[in-house]
Amino acid sequence: MQFFFEVLIGGLLSGVMYSLVALGFVLIYKASGVFNFAQGAMVFFAALTFVGVMELGAPFALALVITFLAMVVLGVVTEKFVLRPLVNQPQITLFMATIGLAFLIEGLAQGVWGASVRGLEIPGIQDEPIQWAMDQWGIGISRFDLFAAGVSAVLVSVLAVFFNKTRVGRALRAVADDHQAALAIGIPLQNIWRIVWAVAGFVALVAGLMWGARNGVQFALTFVALKALPVLIIGGFESVAGAIVGGLIIGAAEKLGEVYLGPMVGGGIEGWFPYVMALLFLLVRPEGLFGERHIDRV
Amino acid sequence: MSAVSAASTAPPANSPAAFYLNVNNIEVIYDHVILVLKGVSLQVTQGKIVALLGANGAGKTTTLKAVSNLLRAERGDITKGTIEFQGQRIDQLTPSELVKRGVIQVMEGRHCFQHLTVEENLLTGAYTRGGDRAGIKRDLEKVYEYFPRLKQRRGSQSGYTSGGEQQMTAIGRALMAKPEMILLDEPSMGLAPQIVEEIFEIVRDLNQREKVSFLLAEQNTMVALRYADFGYILENGRVVMEGDAKELLANEDVKEFYLGLSTAGRKSFRDVKHYRRRKRWLA
Repeated sequence: MQFFFEVLIGGLLSGVMYSLVALGFVLIYKASGVFNFAQGAMVFFAALTFVGVMELGAPFALALVITFLAMVVLGVVTEKFVLRPLVNQPQITLFMATIGLAFLIEGLAQGVWGASVRGLEIPGIQDEPIQWAMDQWGIGISRFDLFAAGVSAVLVSVLAVFFNKTRVGRALRAVADDHQAALAIGIPLQNIWRIVWAVAGFVALVAGLMWGARNGVQFALTFVALKALPVLIIGGFESVAGAIVGGLIIGAAEKLGEVYLGPMVGGGIEGWFPYVMALLFLLVRPEGLFGERHIDRV
Repeated sequence: MSAVSAASTAPPANSPAAFYLNVNNIEVIYDHVILVLKGVSLQVTQGKIVALLGANGAGKTTTLKAVSNLLRAERGDITKGTIEFQGQRIDQLTPSELVKRGVIQVMEGRHCFQHLTVEENLLTGAYTRGGDRAGIKRDLEKVYEYFPRLKQRRGSQSGYTSGGEQQMTAIGRALMAKPEMILLDEPSMGLAPQIVEEIFEIVRDLNQREKVSFLLAEQNTMVALRYADFGYILENGRVVMEGDAKELLANEDVKEFYLGLSTAGRKSFRDVKHYRRRKRWLA
């Protein structure tokens, strides 16, 4: 039983890491109805910039601020040169634009900072089991994973309040529902998009730090976006809560599946198990657990 | 029927400065090639309801969007003419700036934010007012006073409310911006006649009690003219007729062509052609 819980907790905590990436998608999808293919590239860009600035000799906090500013600039530039010219275009056009953007950002990041693999340390947080939990229950819980979960919890609470209780948050949801109507009642779309891309940039930064600290800062970071896909499908594209719950489900399912189902088929199912789950979910509940149902009047 | 048309408060004729909203000979082209408005001029006097009538594709919606500056988002452009509000040019403002000046459009087909609740919809209307919490709260109550039905449904997602309720939400949302003038596009679309009456009654109420001026585009000529003070009839991107709402209602041609009423029985096709010719001359 201890083993089961250790696997479960480990899975849930790694799921939180997926949620962090999925959050970035949710933000942009909520506010502009665009599936931002470039989110993975933004995570990579943020991590690489952060490490690069650290290498130049900046302390941790300063590097954090500088990287955040870089993400804001990236968001503003994206709004001006990619989104603004494409207002009122079909969603597929915007989606294609973000694919192009992904390649651009990946190239830009590596052009500026180089393509070598780098390590990233978050001071004081090591990836080692917590002694207390070990003594008490005999379960190994990574200190790093727990820290990442805490960061995500804070991030999600802040975002939930922002979307539901503030004027700008409400405007963001309004814009996602209907660009034109939002424009007609005087919501300045451009400001709103700038804000949302900046916030998504910030989320990418947090995700980049966490993933970079765990796996090293390298090009493979862009692929964590692919791991976020099943999370989004299960949780729903429009829901911050869905991104979290979806991440937890995926994380727990892939670890438990690997341990308990894996041996039956010769192991190695962790890599594809989430996608199979997502597929099954699509058949049963295409909008995800917390996604907004498409409203049709009949 | 108590259409307000006190002659004493009307501004002196032929002095454009006296007009509240003055659309002066505008030409609108979509996508650089499609000429939609071919020189439309119209005026709205402060505190009046002005109806913009005409068939599908006559240019009613385009005229409203030209005023509210929503054209550019649809690749339309005002290539000639000017639009003035309270004596100042407004054709180069962004929609957001225009809303702050007090001109707001309620678009055709309601366009409520479907996934937001009715109350959230109303609150988004106050976006341009910033953090004026007390004032916004007061106005929210006022909107609920005009539309008691919205108060009952304040917590429902507006996508699940009825068409009439959505139209009320859309008008209420515009009111939350504290407008001086509302551009109302096709409020009767897809609604039962009874609801249409209800909505027009509220429009008149708002006009008289809140002193909001209206420029409304309508297909439903009969209803629109009953509630409006003044009317313009558009056809093929031109104003072909204008006049006092009562006069237009009584006008034989309007009766014949827009209301489907005819006193003289069936007319021959030759008369129709004559009418078209005359209209071209008028335009």
